[in-house]
Amino acid sequence: MADTGIIEEERRKKAQNNVIFPFFGGGVMFTDYLKIAVNNIRKRKLRSWLTMIGIFIGIAAVVAMISLGQGMRNSITEQFEAFGIDKITIMAGGGFFGIGGSAELTTEDLDVIKKSRGVAEVTGFLTSTARVEFGGESKFTFISGVPTGPDERELMLEVLTVDMADGKFLGSGDTSHAVIGYLVGKGEFFEKPVKVGDKIVIAEKELKVIGIIDKIGNPNDDTGIIIDLELAREIYDEPDRLDAIMAQVTKGTSPSSVAENIEKDLRKHRDVEIGEEDFNVLTTEQLLESFNTVLNIVTGILIGIASISLLVGGVGIMNTMYTSVLERTSEIGVMKAIGARNSDILKIFLTESAIMGIIGGAIGVVIGVMMAKTVELAAIAANYDLLKVEFTASVILGSLFFSTVVGTLSGFLPARQASSIKPVDALRYE
Amino acid sequence: MSKKYIIELSNVWKTYTIGKVDVHALRGLTLNVKRGEFLAVMGPSGSGKSTAMNMIGSLDIPTKGVIKLDGQDISKLHESDLAQIRGQKIGFIFQKFNLLPTFTAKENIMLPMTFQKMSQEEKLKRAENLLSLVGLGDRMNHLPSELSGGQQQRVAIARALANNPEVVLADEPTGNLDTKTGNIVMQYLKKLHKTQGKTIVLVTHDSDIAREAQRIERLRDGALVNTKRGNKK
Repeated sequence: MADTGIIEEERRKKAQNNVIFPFFGGGVMFTDYLKIAVNNIRKRKLRSWLTMIGIFIGIAAVVAMISLGQGMRNSITEQFEAFGIDKITIMAGGGFFGIGGSAELTTEDLDVIKKSRGVAEVTGFLTSTARVEFGGESKFTFISGVPTGPDERELMLEVLTVDMADGKFLGSGDTSHAVIGYLVGKGEFFEKPVKVGDKIVIAEKELKVIGIIDKIGNPNDDTGIIIDLELAREIYDEPDRLDAIMAQVTKGTSPSSVAENIEKDLRKHRDVEIGEEDFNVLTTEQLLESFNTVLNIVTGILIGIASISLLVGGVGIMNTMYTSVLERTSEIGVMKAIGARNSDILKIFLTESAIMGIIGGAIGVVIGVMMAKTVELAAIAANYDLLKVEFTASVILGSLFFSTVVGTLSGFLPARQASSIKPVDALRYE
Repeated sequence: MSKKYIIELSNVWKTYTIGKVDVHALRGLTLNVKRGEFLAVMGPSGSGKSTAMNMIGSLDIPTKGVIKLDGQDISKLHESDLAQIRGQKIGFIFQKFNLLPTFTAKENIMLPMTFQKMSQEEKLKRAENLLSLVGLGDRMNHLPSELSGGQQQRVAIARALANNPEVVLADEPTGNLDTKTGNIVMQYLKKLHKTQGKTIVLVTHDSDIAREAQRIERLRDGALVNTKRGNKK
């Protein structure tokens, strides 16, 4: 029969063309599986949407967490880069950033560091909370005392990495003036905005505001006030204490080797053994690393929690697919009767679950992006400008890939069950 | 290998074990169907006619005995090989039509061709031709739920012919239809036999329908009882 000849020729051609989608046995077949799968998903719209909710919540959470984490990492890195890689920060205490330690740094330590090999300049500051009065209001905020002497002022300015929004920074030996944070100047700390030229009172000392620092993006800093170190010592009655010491290394010297020198000298001066230090010496690189480690742990935990939702989403897909196999047993029988092989049935069901994974993932990415943007906007509204999101192609494509894998894997067992049903039993199924 | 017979069943047994009891659905059935023959298989419920149909249609394999389709022994083949044979050599027509509900008439007909990896273009052309052949050229894009029972069964006939099979197996094709519609469907089957020379095996319990065949075989307790000639020559 001529008809048979045409069919045979078509089969032969298709067999030769099976290179585009080798797994699906040819491009034509892939679109057919896709069509069958999409038809089935559309027929069970509500159930398919409910199934996909699990996936898109999980993916949305993962995308939001990673994007926020990455954005935060970028902001911090930017700040540290501005701080400079030739700086070394020395803080009291054995814990992270001095938390958990009772030891203090003093001006004596600063003198020791100043003499350490490879150290070009040293400066230190003192920070504590104090009552500030303005326009009949009285509030507590962080007041930092920074050295304004001719030797240390320049390094301190470099270390602070601040830009002035208005006015100027403290001059040399300036004990009658103050520089205020952005939010204080904006009227978001006191009811009325504090302007350059206004007078504020700190511990009964009247100081004239000569500058407003530009927005840093962290409310603690943006509501802070900077005064001369000597004045701060007087206010806090702290003649020697320093909360942090910053050293600049001499040109061409490796910060890590200078950090080792400082550590050695401080150990000797403070009379502590190796491993029992009550201070931290960190290069900018190490500081950044410490921040990133904490950020990684926090992001990791949050992604872990989000992954549980993905897992639940996967179980949801599996459940739906098992139900679908049961419901469509008779259809499976018909498809087998008209020539579908076990592998065809397997691929139809796998395609269906993969589609649910990929659609769930795509919606999840969109929701995740929206969630992260909302968090960013909320953070900006709360003056935490540091919390910026960054969406990368790898996060978006990776999430889509991951959700497809979750969908496919979840559908594997039901698909295998569907494919292994005997045609005669499937046809008999009511 | 006999070229004369397209279907050969020799001493075919099918035994199901239910609990500790063996139930013999077929007891040494021997049946030959000539190429181009129109055979009706009759029998009461439980006589084994559906089991025999499943064996001929390579939907199931026998416990014992040999089944040859177009000279090829299919009694011990693997499921994937059987699927291939079903797709290429056999067209099924079921009592309940068994069309896929989410597919249009045209798509239902294209599906068997899809499993044979035929091109989209060729599938469309053949599906349209086949639908016109069963008088449903104007119902191509209708879903089964939008078609009457008779129309659905005609779509099923067209689907059975999709891959131009040698054998068409019809299991109670008029069982879910009224007499008038059933007669229309039978006319199409007869036309198929007459004009395309297809081998048709019709399973029915309706003797009026069976009489349309060239030969009638009766099954009782899993074996043939006697042979009768139908109305058709």
